[in-house]
Amino acid sequence: MSPYLRAMTAILGREALRFLTQRERFLAALVRPLVWLLVFAAGFRAALGLSIIPPYQTYITYEVYIVPGLVAMILLFNAMQSALSLVYDREMGSMRLLLTAPLPRWWLLFCKLLAGVLVSILQAYAFLAIAYFYGIRLPPMGYVWVLPALLIAGMMLGAVGLFLASTIRQLENFAGVMNFVIFPVFFLSTALYPLWRMAESSTLLRDICAWNPFTHAVELIRFALYLRLNLEALGWVALTFAVFMGLALWGFDPARGMMNRKTR
Amino acid sequence: MDALDVADLSFRYGRKEALKGVSFHVAPGEFCALLGPNGAGKSTLFALLTRLFVARQGRIAVMGQDLQAAPRAALARMGVVFQQMTLDLDLSVARNLAYFGALHGLSRREAALRASEVLERLDMAERAGEKARDLNGGHRRRLEIARALMHRPRLLLLDEPTVGLDARSRAAITAHVHGLARDDGLAVLWATHLVDEVTPSDTVLILHQGQILQRGRAQDIAPEHGLAAHFMALTEEPTA
Repeated sequence: MSPYLRAMTAILGREALRFLTQRERFLAALVRPLVWLLVFAAGFRAALGLSIIPPYQTYITYEVYIVPGLVAMILLFNAMQSALSLVYDREMGSMRLLLTAPLPRWWLLFCKLLAGVLVSILQAYAFLAIAYFYGIRLPPMGYVWVLPALLIAGMMLGAVGLFLASTIRQLENFAGVMNFVIFPVFFLSTALYPLWRMAESSTLLRDICAWNPFTHAVELIRFALYLRLNLEALGWVALTFAVFMGLALWGFDPARGMMNRKTR
Repeated sequence: MDALDVADLSFRYGRKEALKGVSFHVAPGEFCALLGPNGAGKSTLFALLTRLFVARQGRIAVMGQDLQAAPRAALARMGVVFQQMTLDLDLSVARNLAYFGALHGLSRREAALRASEVLERLDMAERAGEKARDLNGGHRRRLEIARALMHRPRLLLLDEPTVGLDARSRAAITAHVHGLARDDGLAVLWATHLVDEVTPSDTVLILHQGQILQRGRAQDIAPEHGLAAHFMALTEEPTA
């Protein structure tokens, strides 16, 4: 096995072990979307009527509509959680251990990112399983088709988190930034309401939602769950991943980025 | 060939100069104590030596490998113990070592063999199955030293490794690392501000305000038990 693969296996294995030993984290990550699904969506079902929009071919209930958004929410929160733990690792020093390994830094960061995404995909599937038993049935093959969509969307959100981790020096600052990132990103997207609904109240808000990369992550997942490929969403997600991964690598570059500034 | 060769190294945080033209070398088997008061630039120097920072001026070579031009080859030849603990407390001693071994390209089997070897060397063989969280401060430090030896480096860097330890643990760790230099021919750079960790035959580098003020054998720099006074006098801040 090449040193690259050995390092990747070790980093993924470590994350998996962490995941298994931190069951509370797993449950906490599920509670959030479940509350939205079981409480919020149930309450709003009557208030929000939805027309037939792609990829749906019939009228759907509100619960069915928000499932892809809640799956993306799991990826979003996990990405920010991983970024937070990166800042923590950097403050506590364990990040140094990783970065002094004799491998290219981009590879080490990529492995770290992938490890976090794989854990969040497990959580997304656990959520989909609960939703299934709650009565939200998706096309059986949709559960397979959604896997690459989850991977790409998770990598994009992880790259955003990695970029934030590279620019923020202190843990306390990061908590604030998370609130500024997570909530606008989530609410200004198609996770909870379709674009045409947003346009009814404000075209500006609709435009912001349409530009939000998280919207495209949600739509990529939504279409994949119904066995369809949303090329436009895929393009946006891939582009956003490339941009933020590039910025994150720049931030972690010892010659240029934030690592070169003194932590006080 | 020197295990570590630092030439004309400078570094600044914005307008503040943290290191000014630092040059020194450490030979195989040499225990070099880097003495400096708080704020002398020791941690910055360590960040540069481990490539967490990159200097715009100067050169660092590890066993002849330039850290800037061939970072992977240079990093593969050095073991590092950082000032802050970098163990995964939820993993066992053996798993901490295996993880690090994999980062350095060791196969699982090879890593297990090396782990037994280094734990034996650090008198920790019986603790392989214990969780890192259950170890006391001294043993955690020993584990970090064992981990830094997993890939058989030729240079060992330790940044104030005895901070926060009791006197007995400090003495044990200092003795262990002196043994590694003496018996295994390992080059050691040991940053500290505690002069009692230095033995008369050690090389001493005194760093103050980003500059090397003195380099030489401890016994040549100051008479026995006189190193502390010499160090204090050399690094005394002028009173206003």
